[in-house]
Amino acid sequence: MTPVLEVRGASVVFRQVAALTGVDLQVAAGERVALVGSNGSGKSTLLRVLHGLQRLSSGSVVVAPQVRQAMLFQRPFMLRTSVRNNVALGLWMGGLRWREAQAQAVAGLGQVGLADLASRNASTLSGGQQQRVALARAWVRRPDVLLLDEPTASLDPHAKREVEALMDRFASGTGERPMTMVFASHNLGQVKRLASRVVYLEQGRVAADLPVQDFFNTQRLQEASAAAHLFVKGELV
Amino acid sequence: MSSFVQSAVTALDLVITPDPGLWTIVARSLAVSGAACLLACGFGLVAGAWLAVARFPGRGALLTLLNTLLAVPSVVVGLVVYLLLSRSGPLGGLGWLFSFQAMVLAQCILVLPVVTALTRQVVEDAERAHGEQLQSLGAGTLLRSLLLAWDERYALLTVLIAAFGRAVSEVGAVMVVGGNIDGFTRVMTTAIALETSKGDLPLALALGIVLLAVVLVLNALIALVRRWRERVEGGSGAILAGVGA
Repeated sequence: MTPVLEVRGASVVFRQVAALTGVDLQVAAGERVALVGSNGSGKSTLLRVLHGLQRLSSGSVVVAPQVRQAMLFQRPFMLRTSVRNNVALGLWMGGLRWREAQAQAVAGLGQVGLADLASRNASTLSGGQQQRVALARAWVRRPDVLLLDEPTASLDPHAKREVEALMDRFASGTGERPMTMVFASHNLGQVKRLASRVVYLEQGRVAADLPVQDFFNTQRLQEASAAAHLFVKGELV
Repeated sequence: MSSFVQSAVTALDLVITPDPGLWTIVARSLAVSGAACLLACGFGLVAGAWLAVARFPGRGALLTLLNTLLAVPSVVVGLVVYLLLSRSGPLGGLGWLFSFQAMVLAQCILVLPVVTALTRQVVEDAERAHGEQLQSLGAGTLLRSLLLAWDERYALLTVLIAAFGRAVSEVGAVMVVGGNIDGFTRVMTTAIALETSKGDLPLALALGIVLLAVVLVLNALIALVRRWRERVEGGSGAILAGVGA
């Protein structure tokens, strides 16, 4: 099957520091890929490469034709305007008329349980609410691929669970075709709950790429990558 | 000292009992500087925002030139505009020399680098923090610059106030291109310069009091905008420290 996203020999160098080195990755439609690794391992850089925000120093990125992407960031940016306008913005930039975009935005906010906050100034919302608005903003564009860069890292446990539940629901497709999801996370519990496949990055290289059940199987992980095993052991202690 | 006190008392009297001559000069000053700032902001806000986001060869040199223009003496701007508007100059046909329009043009040119450079700084900080997310939503360079400028509108309001403060306080440019003609092109700063040289201290002091009051009001407005933003949004943006005469 043709992958929706493919990275071949990707390298990114920032001022003589290699953020990514020779990364090969293929993501099939409907997969939920978790990128894990220590700070500075290249997770965010890889996501930005996949989304076209980061140019490669060498290698290539191939996105299947007509695949729509959306990306969520750790701290979502909300314009100083209503929640509804923030969600409508992406649709408007995609060519929809403003009134139509606003109507679809309200429907999208309903999907994340925030329709009653549509008129509120988005910058006054809590972190968890803003991340749900960001999810609505991504979801209304009906992406085929959803990229998320540590979307729950700065949230309290309750907000984390709410956002995770939405990620799970959107990735499942709720009756429509499932969405492909690639997300970076430090939270191995979250990875276990949401991912179908785990890619472990170390110093900009892919050190392990395993189905989720193998990644959390001590013996199989140790066989695949000692470094990944130590990482998981350290995180779970 | 007693003549200073006498002059000060007379000056206050001129301010309190509305002297028509005084307030005509004040109104003209505010009109010239207000028009100049509106024109400068119309172009400077968009240009500054675009410069903050766009990347092109020579951008660094352009920014260096822009920052240099911040420090150009107002009398030099006046001289350049004078040469442009003089009868033998390229714009001599407009007949604007020693007129309201000439003063507006000179002050517009003077504050344009201020508006552009400060806008660029405000929007570039926003671009650094949030540009990628707007890019992710599909915003190109120009749309991103306009969205970020709009989002930072309260900070840019203080840029407008600062530009007005710069314009209303300058004397060199309007003296050269306006000619300080009584009842026609005399503004607060040129009147202060003239009346002081004549020894007519009460009028000069009265105008000085009004000019200081204008600057005080501008600084108070900047502080109010900052406090209001902090109260509404719980944060402080790139607000300028203040304006001076």
